[in-house]
Amino acid sequence: MEHGSIKDPSRATFSFVDEDHTLANSLRYSLNQDARVSYCGYSIPHPSDARVNIRVQTTGDPAREVLKDACQNLKLMCQHVRTSFDESVADFRNNEPSKMETSDSEN
Amino acid sequence: MVHTGFNIIIKALFLFRAFARQNPDLNPSSVVGFSPFLGALLATIHYCLVAPKFRRESNDSIDQIQEATMSEEESSSNSGSDESMSEDERREAPKNDFSSIWDLPDVPKGQLPPHLTRQKTRVFCKADAPTHTDNVQYSGAYASIGVDNSLQIDFFRKNFRVEVIKLDKDVMEFDMIGIDAAIANAFRRILISEVPTMAIEKVLIANNTSLVQDEVLAHRLGLIPISADPRLFEYLSANDTPNEKNTIVFKLHVHCKRGEPRRSVYSEELQWLPNGSGFAKESERSDAKSSTYTSFNCSQDSVPEFSNNPIRPTDDKIILAKLGPGQEIELEAHAVKGMGKAHAKWSPVGTAWYRMLPEVVLEENVVGEDAEELKRKCPVNVFDIEDMGNGKKRATVARPRACTLCRECIRGEKWEKRVSLLRVKDHFIFTIESTGQLPPEVLFTEAVKILEDKCQRVIDELS
Repeated sequence: MEHGSIKDPSRATFSFVDEDHTLANSLRYSLNQDARVSYCGYSIPHPSDARVNIRVQTTGDPAREVLKDACQNLKLMCQHVRTSFDESVADFRNNEPSKMETSDSEN
Repeated sequence: MVHTGFNIIIKALFLFRAFARQNPDLNPSSVVGFSPFLGALLATIHYCLVAPKFRRESNDSIDQIQEATMSEEESSSNSGSDESMSEDERREAPKNDFSSIWDLPDVPKGQLPPHLTRQKTRVFCKADAPTHTDNVQYSGAYASIGVDNSLQIDFFRKNFRVEVIKLDKDVMEFDMIGIDAAIANAFRRILISEVPTMAIEKVLIANNTSLVQDEVLAHRLGLIPISADPRLFEYLSANDTPNEKNTIVFKLHVHCKRGEPRRSVYSEELQWLPNGSGFAKESERSDAKSSTYTSFNCSQDSVPEFSNNPIRPTDDKIILAKLGPGQEIELEAHAVKGMGKAHAKWSPVGTAWYRMLPEVVLEENVVGEDAEELKRKCPVNVFDIEDMGNGKKRATVARPRACTLCRECIRGEKWEKRVSLLRVKDHFIFTIESTGQLPPEVLFTEAVKILEDKCQRVIDELS
């Protein structure tokens, strides 16, 4: 949910239900990497409410679009993490049997 | 003249910045905190004697802000110099030797000076407290010195690396290099509390004459890890009827006969019921067809994943209770899908954690007796002694990864100057201990997928 003003779309607070530091802190990081963002931060108003507010202020672009781009960027990062992780695990598995074979042959 | 005075202050600021760069050990905050009045005084001296050299050439400004400041400075220094310079000085200043302050050799062009790079990428572990622990996230953090701090996705793709150190059935250790703590921590948090698993949630106790109370027994049953792939199941909502897609049923019927010794009840005695509950539900209408506590449409046995690999607890020898002669337990346990944030029994990991890569740097050569002392000081044997020939010895850092940051090696004033204990901020040694439902490498990919899903949900919501 977005709380912003109609006059100035460049600043808005977004309220996410059922999210916590996990997403908010990652998004804050991702937003901070964007040069269009002049301010961003998040807060959890009450620890018993599963809710987090993310504040985004930009240098002019609509905050909604900038937040969307930040999400997209974070998603791309995750996808890259996943592919490189899978590759490394596959590499490790491929090298492992050969190591064991050499140690066997030594014995 | 007000204009000239303003310019003097601007000049003073530039001068101090140049000064700070030439002295990397100087804390920037101490420069900022420098008395402006003293600054203005120094600036006046500088303005009269040195300033004419700093006339700007219009070729390379680093960014627009600087350009604006500099052109203002230029225009006024022309007018100012007419008043404050003597004729001799004016003749001495060569007319075509215009050089900007930004052309000085110590001005960073697109990259940070070494001391700032170190502060940005390392945590300094000092004897009393660690410093520079925060990550510089803001993209414009270094804009004033013309360095872009934003992260481009291509740059991330080029530099991100994963190196598997150890991988077996339950435990995995890997290095994740070139990622921010915010993301690494998100993965850790998701692993602990948001990757779903199956765990016993409901226990129907028909008979329990053992010493273990019903609720304690139910709790112990809940904590047993069950080797069933949670991705094949659905969540059971409050209004759902338990069926073959959301519930796994186990039966436990154990008895210790009179005259026999006491016995233990182990998790292996839980028996999977692929056809669902065997307990008949009591109905108010006596004529109603007898129904059970679950309504399975087909046997879970028929699912290919389970027909060859029956569902059972991951470990056989977990003691659930002890029975004395004549005691009996008869119950049915229903396992459902859930997440660690609701109850730790659904957490798929014993724990998942990371630490930043330790880096031990010898700031000066440690030789002879001191080298021996340094080697002795370290309880985890980080240092080695190198033989330099003709009996000379020098300390080297052999195993920095083993460093536990006990800071024993930097105890004492002379040692704190010699040894730097650092942590690399974007290098994480990540360890995942699975409880056995899913292998650790699968858990990590699931966790990353969950973060992706969260992002996608936000994008969908905002579109």
